[in-house]
Amino acid sequence: MNTRELEIEVLRYDPEQDSEPHFQSYRVECHEDWAILDALNFIKEELDTTLAYRWSCHMMVCGSCGMMVNGEPVLTCKTFVRDLPDKVRIEPLENFPIERDLVVVLDDVMEKFQRAKPYIVRKDPPPEGKEYVQPRSALYKFKQYTMCVNCMCCYAACPQYALDKDFIGPAVLALAHRYNIDSRDQGKSERLDILADHDGVWNCSFVGACSEVCPKSVDPAAALQQMKLDGAKEFWLQKLPGGKS
Amino acid sequence: MSRKPYERPVSKTTWYMRNGRYRKYMLREVTCLLVGFYSFFAICALAILAEGSPEAWTSFLESQQNGFWITVHALALVYYLVYMTFDWFKLAPKAMPLQLGEQKLADGYIIVAHYVAWIVVTAIIFWLAKVF
Repeated sequence: MNTRELEIEVLRYDPEQDSEPHFQSYRVECHEDWAILDALNFIKEELDTTLAYRWSCHMMVCGSCGMMVNGEPVLTCKTFVRDLPDKVRIEPLENFPIERDLVVVLDDVMEKFQRAKPYIVRKDPPPEGKEYVQPRSALYKFKQYTMCVNCMCCYAACPQYALDKDFIGPAVLALAHRYNIDSRDQGKSERLDILADHDGVWNCSFVGACSEVCPKSVDPAAALQQMKLDGAKEFWLQKLPGGKS
Repeated sequence: MSRKPYERPVSKTTWYMRNGRYRKYMLREVTCLLVGFYSFFAICALAILAEGSPEAWTSFLESQQNGFWITVHALALVYYLVYMTFDWFKLAPKAMPLQLGEQKLADGYIIVAHYVAWIVVTAIIFWLAKVF
């Protein structure tokens, strides 16, 4: 098995001792087929047990190992040593406060997820004893948005969120869109504050970085632009004679 | 143990220098200055036209027919095409995806449709302006 020595610089922050984060360097003999997460696990197990970071599944499903690797927000389980230079810099996801080392505080987006009502809202009861029937064509309209693993790489890439923490942000808005266009859902009007508010879709200036970094090809930027078009259409339809207010 | 999360500072003035993606975005957004300039330019031209004097209009047209202004207009056109038109047409399928049954229409069709619409509208404007 081919190995290569990597110099891995990790941003460390101990809230009990440090006033600000600093880089710590480790030299790690990496297998070429390792993900950079394997290198972090090696550091944790063999070199420095104090290193804190999140991970769980190692297979792009749990979404917890999102970090900045050489300035790019990535899932570290999906970023391979063979694709990286000899010097690698690992930092916690940008645009979030650092809890400790590579662990960030996600309270803000968790609260925003709740506001988006990311579940099917029904006004009419379902047909007695029956499920909500949905043709496959209706499923394909939103299926892509169900692939999000909440890794928050899109928030780390979004300059709008960096500058304005009130912005609802890409993943949450994409999830709201996913339910809005679900044929079984009737909760679109209840998600209007997320959609139409200044902190909602109109705060997005379409940099498109969220979609470029998304490890699951969810394309949140597309969802946001579709929501803008939808919002503008509803606004003008209301202006028409007989338009609903 | 008490929590003490660390907030990394973000520069409000130089954030776009952080990576190439942001710089490219700013190059696109800078086209708003061109839009501003050409709005002003069109208002000036209209004001001269509104004077109703054929001499004033002819002299305005002649003032544009020199190397400096032709270069300015040509560079503005190229910049606008590269950083606005091409970019936006490429992004159009994101904003208006079309689904036919269970299949999503390939992005290429939507992009080409935009170019066709652009050429048709341009041709109509040229025809109205008696360019041809």
